[in-house]
Amino acid sequence: MAHDDDKDKGVLTRADEFLQMFKKGAEFTQELLRENERLRYTIVQLQEAVPRDSQSEGIGEEPTLLLRRIEELEREKAEIMERIRQVEAENQDFAARYVEIEAENNNLANLYIASYQLHSTLDFREVLQIIIEIIINLIGAEEFAVMILDEKIHELRAVASEGVTCEELPVVRLGEGIIGEQARTGENYFEKDVTAYHRDFLRPMVCIPLKIKERVIGVIVIYTLLVQKKEFAPVDYELFTLLAGHAATAIFSAKLYSESERKLSTIQSFIGLLSS
Amino acid sequence: MPEYRALIVEDSPTMRQLICLALRRVHGLMVVEAGDGVDGLKKISGERFDIVFTDINMPIMDGLKLVSLLRADPAYRETPIVIITTEGASEDRDRALSLGANDYITKPIQAATIVEVTKRLLHL
Repeated sequence: MAHDDDKDKGVLTRADEFLQMFKKGAEFTQELLRENERLRYTIVQLQEAVPRDSQSEGIGEEPTLLLRRIEELEREKAEIMERIRQVEAENQDFAARYVEIEAENNNLANLYIASYQLHSTLDFREVLQIIIEIIINLIGAEEFAVMILDEKIHELRAVASEGVTCEELPVVRLGEGIIGEQARTGENYFEKDVTAYHRDFLRPMVCIPLKIKERVIGVIVIYTLLVQKKEFAPVDYELFTLLAGHAATAIFSAKLYSESERKLSTIQSFIGLLSS
Repeated sequence: MPEYRALIVEDSPTMRQLICLALRRVHGLMVVEAGDGVDGLKKISGERFDIVFTDINMPIMDGLKLVSLLRADPAYRETPIVIITTEGASEDRDRALSLGANDYITKPIQAATIVEVTKRLLHL
């Protein structure tokens, strides 16, 4: 029995020990669970913290990136500004060129009109009228005349004029005075200082010999310009050159034509007389 | 199709040609020429013009008479009229302006001036 009692005590003791151990195990398990919970919580916190860390790492690099971008933009801006300067310079160049071309175009138009009109008729009076129109409208002269050389008596006489009458103008002998000398040499004459010039029929402001090759058939003499015309423009000298040749040809052609017409009329009258 | 029509009344063929050439640079402008005031009136009676250029000294009918007749016509009361003159003829110019001309161009004529005046008066 005692043996049974001892045996029971031993069982109880072991049961008690087992209970103690079980309690400790339960406590330990609880502890582990709490620790697990705590760790899980920490992990969640860390997981939440990771993106923020990544961002904080990005913020550290962003100023550098932004600075680089600013530098790039500054470079681009400098390039654009340089290109704008180039384009502006080109624009100014184009504008200046446009003005030049426009002026050249106007000059060519004037020369074309003068040439076209001079050869638009074979009537001597009309040719003279056209020369006068060109000098008034394209050159801007107020008082001037066209003088024709009489090759038989070597005298220059005004046949058309504007602002002055032909009768007022002197008859000039070839080689005499400025007009006669320019007619003899075939060279253009321009008064050096147009503004200081005073009208003198024997000393014109401009004298342009009308030439067919080297043969002078007359001269254009200019005495005064229109009030608003202060000086000659480059195109005026080109017009004078054109007039020197084309006006001479037009006058000569018209004279030849009128002479041939007159001769033809005489011949036709003569033939009419013979045939009647 | 031209949008605007211009009439040039001028007895000098040189001047007419010069003005015509200049006005070719105005886009959409068609030009009709007349040799004097009477010819100009004939052209005006049959067609509608948006601007008229006229010389003052012309045979048959001068520019001053033309300006006064145009301004008496209700259809042309507001039409821009540009007179062509020399600076020396300032009395004629002033009279034309008092009769109702809008502007004037002095000789020697510059193509750029014609274009500028035309564009200004037609609001181009």
